[in-house]
Amino acid sequence: MIDVVMPQMGESIVEGTLTKWLKKPGERIERDEPLFEISTDKVDSEIPAPAAGVLAEVLVEEGKTVAIATVVGRIRESDGAAAAAPAARPAAAPAPVAAKPVPPPAPPPAPPPVAAVEAAGPLSPLVRKMAREYSIDLGQVKGTGAGGRITKADVESYMAAQGARTVAAVSAAAPAPAAGAEVPPVPRPAPAKARVEPMSVMRTRIAEHMVFSKRTSAHVTTVHRVDMTRIAKLRDRIKGQFQERYGFSLTFLSFVTRAAAEALHAFPIVNASIEGTSIIYHNEVNIGIAVALEGGSGLIVPVIRNADEKNVVGLQRAIVDLAGRARSKQLKPDEVQGGTFSITNFGTYGSLFATPVINQPQAAILGVGAVEKQPVVVDDAIAIRSVCYLALTFDHRLIDGALGDQFCQNVKASLENWSEQVL
Amino acid sequence: MGFEEACVLQQQLAGQRKQGLVADHLLFVEHPHVITMGRNGRMENLLASAELLERAGIGFHHTDRGGDVTYHGPGQVVAYPIFDLREWKRDVVAYVRGLEQAVLDALADFRITAGRLEGCTGVWAEGKKICAIGVHMSRWVSSHGLALNVDTDLDYFRYIVPCGLTRPVTSMRELGSLATCEEVKARLAEHFAGVFDLDMPAVLETFA
Repeated sequence: MIDVVMPQMGESIVEGTLTKWLKKPGERIERDEPLFEISTDKVDSEIPAPAAGVLAEVLVEEGKTVAIATVVGRIRESDGAAAAAPAARPAAAPAPVAAKPVPPPAPPPAPPPVAAVEAAGPLSPLVRKMAREYSIDLGQVKGTGAGGRITKADVESYMAAQGARTVAAVSAAAPAPAAGAEVPPVPRPAPAKARVEPMSVMRTRIAEHMVFSKRTSAHVTTVHRVDMTRIAKLRDRIKGQFQERYGFSLTFLSFVTRAAAEALHAFPIVNASIEGTSIIYHNEVNIGIAVALEGGSGLIVPVIRNADEKNVVGLQRAIVDLAGRARSKQLKPDEVQGGTFSITNFGTYGSLFATPVINQPQAAILGVGAVEKQPVVVDDAIAIRSVCYLALTFDHRLIDGALGDQFCQNVKASLENWSEQVL
Repeated sequence: MGFEEACVLQQQLAGQRKQGLVADHLLFVEHPHVITMGRNGRMENLLASAELLERAGIGFHHTDRGGDVTYHGPGQVVAYPIFDLREWKRDVVAYVRGLEQAVLDALADFRITAGRLEGCTGVWAEGKKICAIGVHMSRWVSSHGLALNVDTDLDYFRYIVPCGLTRPVTSMRELGSLATCEEVKARLAEHFAGVFDLDMPAVLETFA
C-alpha cells in the first residue's frame, strides 16, 4: 500500500484543505493522474497520484484541513505498476509532483516537441536571460538539472568559476588596460552621483507627445503685446461681487479664452488640423486649457467644449472646474479629448512670453503671459498700462505668418476694446 | 474573450507547459459580464437568481480556481499566468504574494497606493478590494490568476458577495486614475517579469 500524503505547497505552509477527491475508493488510478484537490490561500492545486493502482482508502474527507504530510489516503498498487512505483513514501516527502522527474521545459513557443530541444538542452527563460545578460556560452555550462538541463544554480556556479576571466574581459575593453597578466581588482561601485527613477506613465506620455509634436509641426511663434487696462479695470471693479455671486474668482484667462473663441470663428484655419494631405476644419470650437499638476508631476489639457457658446462667467466656471478636477485626477477621458485649439497660461508663474509646443493634432496654441503694469507710449505720452504678451505658436505648414498675426490682432482688438459690461 | 474560451486556451497552454512544449505564458483578457464560482465558493454568496443574471446578460460558471465567487467584465484587466513554478519557487503562497506584488507595483506606477490585507488574499486600496486573486495549480503549473478593476462598472458586484467577503470593491477609476486597460496591462506585464524573473518577450503574445 502506498500512502498518499498532504503535500507541502510552499515553505510557509503548514496545512492544507482537501477540497475534492477526484477518485472514489475502489477506482483505478494511473500514476500522475490527478487524485485530489487541495486549497491553500486562494490557490487550488490538483495533486497527482504517487503510484498506479486502486484507491483503497480515503482517510481525510473533503472539506477537512490537515497538517502537511498527513496521510490522506492509500493506494493499493496494481501488479504491473508495483515495480515501477517506489515503495512507501516517507511521511515527510515533498509534494508528489516534486518526486517525479521534471519534464523539460522548452524554449519559446515551439509546438513540435522535436524542435523544442536545443543543442545546450532545453532552457528555462531565466537561464536564457542570464546567459544573454552575462554573455555566457551555454555550451560551456554543465547542466545538473533533470535530463542534464541547465539550471540557474549551474549558471551561477559557472559564473563563479569564470569570475576572474569575466572581469578581465571587462577591463580589457576599458581605455587603459593593464599590460601585465595580473587579474585586475574587481571594480568597486562608485558612490551614487545620480538617482535613477522610472518615468511615470504620464511623464512617458508627455515626453512622447512633445517630441512627436516637434517632429510633426513646423513650429513658429509670434508674440503680440496686448493692453489689458480696460479689462483690468473692469475686473477690479467687479471681482468682489463676482466672487460672492459665483463662488470662484474672475481671472484674465477667461477673457482671453472668450476672445480666442471669437477669433477662431474668424480664422477657421487656426481651428483646423492636418490629416494626410487634407485640412480638417472643425465646426466645434473646443479649447483645451493646459493645467500644471502639483509638484511638477505633469501637465494635463482638459477641454472646454463649444467654448464659443459660453460667456466669460461660463468659461471661468469651466476653467475652475476642469483645473480642479485635473489636479484631483477626477477628469473623465472624454474631457481631455477632442480639443481643436489650446491655451496655456504660463503668466501664472510670472513668464512674460514663451514658445509653447502645439498640442497635436491641433494647429496652434496660445500662450498667455503675465499681466503687468508697464510704461507704454500712448499718443506720444508715457502712460502706465496693464500689459500682457500673447504668444501664438502655430503650425507653419497650415498657417502662414500673416494669418497667424491677423489672428493675434483679432484677439488683441477684442481684449483692448472690451465692451461687454455684462459678462 | 469569453470566459469559457479563455479556460480552454488556458487548459491547452497549461497542458503543453507541463510537458515542456511551450514557455511560460502571461495571458491578458477582458471578459464580457460573467460571474464565476471558485472551487470553495458558496452559492449563498451569489445574490442573484440564474434568471436574473440571464436577464441582465451576465454569464455564470463554476471553475476550478481557488477562491469564492467573483465578477469579471469590461474595464477589468484579467491576467492568467501559465507559469511553471518549478522554474521559480515551488511555493503557492509565495506565488500568490508575487501576484499581489506585481499588482501593487503596477498600481504604484499609476500613483495608487494599495496594500495587502492580512488573511484576505488580493490587493486592497482604501479598505476596498481592487484586485481579486484565484489560482489553479496542477503539477506546479499555474492557471487562472487575477482580476484588476481598472474602469469596471462596480455596480455589477452587487450581484455577489465578492470572494465571500462583505467588503466593498473599488477600481482604479474610482480612485482617480484615468489609466486605460492597455496601459495597465503593459505595466502589469513589466512587473510580472520583474517579480517572477521572467523574460518579457517570452511571456508576451497575442491571441486574436
